[in-house]
Amino acid sequence: MSIVFVLIPLSLVLVGFAVWAFFWAVGAGQFDELDSPAWEILTDDDSKPPQPPAGGSAPP
Amino acid sequence: MTAPSECFHCGEPLAGRAVQWVRLGDAEVALCCPGCRAALQLIAGLGLEDFYRFRTAPSVRPTEIGEWLAYDEPAVIASLCRQEPDGRAVILLIDGLTCAACSWLIGRALQRIDGVVRTSVNTASGRAQVVWNPDRVALSRVLRAIAELGYRPHPVTPESSHLQVRDERRAILKRLAVAGLGMMQVMMFAVAMYSGDFNGMDEAIRAYLRIVSLLVATPVMLYAGWPFLKGAAQALRSRSITMDVPVSVGLLLAYGASVINTWRHAGQVYFDSVTMFIFFLSIARYVEMIARHQSVGVTDSLSRLLPVTAHRLAPAEAGAIQDVTVGQLAVADRLLVRTGEVVPADGEITLGATRVDESMLTGESTPVSRAVGDRVAAGTINLDAPLRMRITAVGPATLLASIVALLNRAQAERPRVTRAADLTASRFLARVLIGAALVCVFWLAVDPDRAFAATLAVLVVACPCALSLATLVAVASANAALARRGVLVTHADAVEGLARATCVVFDKTGTLTQGTVTIGRCMPRAELPAHECLAIAASLEAASEHPIARAFSGAVARSVASDVRIVAGAGIEGVVEGARYRIGTRAFAAAGGAEAGTAAEDIAAKADDDAAIVLGKAGVELAAFTLGDAARAESARTVALLEEQGLEVQILSGDSAEAVGRLARQCGISRYRARQSPMDKLEHIRALAARGEFVAMVGDGINDAPVLGGSGVSIAMGRGSALALASADLILMGDSLDALPGAFLLARRAQRIIKQNLVWAAGYNLTAMPLAAMGWVPPWLAAIGMSLSSILVVLNSMRVMRRPAPTAAPAATEPAAALVGRSSS
Repeated sequence: MSIVFVLIPLSLVLVGFAVWAFFWAVGAGQFDELDSPAWEILTDDDSKPPQPPAGGSAPP
Repeated sequence: MTAPSECFHCGEPLAGRAVQWVRLGDAEVALCCPGCRAALQLIAGLGLEDFYRFRTAPSVRPTEIGEWLAYDEPAVIASLCRQEPDGRAVILLIDGLTCAACSWLIGRALQRIDGVVRTSVNTASGRAQVVWNPDRVALSRVLRAIAELGYRPHPVTPESSHLQVRDERRAILKRLAVAGLGMMQVMMFAVAMYSGDFNGMDEAIRAYLRIVSLLVATPVMLYAGWPFLKGAAQALRSRSITMDVPVSVGLLLAYGASVINTWRHAGQVYFDSVTMFIFFLSIARYVEMIARHQSVGVTDSLSRLLPVTAHRLAPAEAGAIQDVTVGQLAVADRLLVRTGEVVPADGEITLGATRVDESMLTGESTPVSRAVGDRVAAGTINLDAPLRMRITAVGPATLLASIVALLNRAQAERPRVTRAADLTASRFLARVLIGAALVCVFWLAVDPDRAFAATLAVLVVACPCALSLATLVAVASANAALARRGVLVTHADAVEGLARATCVVFDKTGTLTQGTVTIGRCMPRAELPAHECLAIAASLEAASEHPIARAFSGAVARSVASDVRIVAGAGIEGVVEGARYRIGTRAFAAAGGAEAGTAAEDIAAKADDDAAIVLGKAGVELAAFTLGDAARAESARTVALLEEQGLEVQILSGDSAEAVGRLARQCGISRYRARQSPMDKLEHIRALAARGEFVAMVGDGINDAPVLGGSGVSIAMGRGSALALASADLILMGDSLDALPGAFLLARRAQRIIKQNLVWAAGYNLTAMPLAAMGWVPPWLAAIGMSLSSILVVLNSMRVMRRPAPTAAPAATEPAAALVGRSSS
């Protein structure tokens, strides 16, 4: 049973890491806007790139 | 292919309009106006047509794109923008930003402008932050790009409230994470210790688990629980009792006892209860914060009511027109206000005669005539003809600002709903503390060895956790249930207010009525039947963007009018099926012949004919149309349902007695008051309150804002003015009254469940306490009892959400994203 004396502190270190990671994510603005990022992915695969009318390169 | 009935872009009905067809992908789509066509072509040109698949509400009809050159002045940029390392940053409040697809569209469109460094668009707050490189692109170009998409950007000064909202959200998220992760760990250790109680456990491991639990629970207590402890300390310092006080006492008792037991290496620890309690409370706080942030701030609303730019005339008489921001205006400046524009400041007309829509300020549905020498107020809309005005008041001195000031005062003086549960919990708490002290003294005298365990058992049994959760969770689930039915709750005590309401007071314009001008009656004056007249009128009016012209869009147009000429401030002339007709003011329509254009003077003379539009042919009057504001389809139904619930229903309106009386009869309301100023309305509400009524006010306009702020509980229409939304406790999304009767029922049910919870929690505490005082309850049993009674209360509260309301509104099934969407335009 003495293994718990090692494993529990180890789990606490992991929890500490999880809290640090979450704090970092909040501080970096990852949770500031939760509505629109969900829509970004919908447009990536099935939409065509903008088609310039005739022979043009990129839109201005 | 069947013809579409609505504009593909903005959703306006197409009947009676010159439909514009545009190819989008593989299909042809119908649009109502060139503005919508431009917006759609722009969106398609950018390769963003997916917007139409993902949006959840029709877009705003682009009215006027306008020039934004005033925002390129260095002084304006300096006052609005912040210097960032990679460019200049500006915060824009965007009108018409209703769903996540809108913010996606704006974000994409801006990123394709060369020189825009980065953007972030927030749907919930309706704001966008744009960072751009001033050397490569002008701010006016960015603003115009947003306007071209059909939205209306308002650059706002970088006030601190926006950052405050963000920081509060971040802090509360961090606390939630600490509480949640800590709770999971402590629960794990607690399960080990509980099973150890039954299967036997090494004392060394038991002591070790206690110490580890203490290590994890301490940051949860001091970091995640800090807002509650701080709130309780503040409340005690100001000699008042809030919900934080019993919560903190319960937390401190359980935590303190556990620390002592850890140190004594004996007895039970309650760290699991402590962390669980903090986690539940943090969730309730988070939900409450989200709702609060969704309601619009008053300062924001003011800047939305006024236009962003004004056309200032140079001092010289023949002066040039200069576009400036509203903030740069000063008293005695001379302005040009074009047709359809919002008047930017209070002033006096120096040239021109027009009709002004003052409904936002006064609640009066028909436009009023204004000519040289008359005053016009900021926030009203110039309908007919361009006018020149001299400013008499700007900013805080305007009539509009005085209404806002009235609102602030009313809110400060509002009758607060006393939180019954808070009082019960704190009174109960005082008795528990005295009781525990007595028990301690008693056992010290009888058997000092058992004194600590018995006192602790009393305190743990009596922990007011369940008592405090009783209201919090029930209110939170009532809020969630209301949101699902299309009613957004923005104030914590709104549910209790709804349940207590005895009297419902409605505003007229925009609340019981649709708030838009519609055709009342068509009175034929010649041989032509009414429907013919209406068809001809619709054909003519289809050419115009005037608000009155849009009233005719419901009628079926005969054919597209040709050779159309629009005379500002007078009417429209055109050829329909070979004959030349005129529609507009009586003077214009009946004049016929060749002369026209002197009409601007005529309307001032014909002020009494404001509500009438006349159709004429070659000088002969064919028909007159009265204009009105039709009642909502659901108004009478809603009123009947409310009266069935035993609520008294009244109307308070700024409109004329005749118009209010007619509506009251239509809806079956016997009590009404007309010609009420915002101050009168507030007085009336206070008189009702003095009579012992608890008033629920339903309104939508700026003139309703003070009375909304001053009533017991206030409900605003989702399409109402931003100011009304800001001062309301509840917002009816979906622009329908149908959800209202159900909301009252649901609130009362929530209140019943709160009462059950309180009775249960208090009953449990009162029966267990004597047992604990006798020393018959071991502390571990007390801890289990405490957790179980809390869980029971939480589960009971969930019933508010589960049972569907008997009068579920058909309009309440909007997608969740639409809940955040609101338009103040």
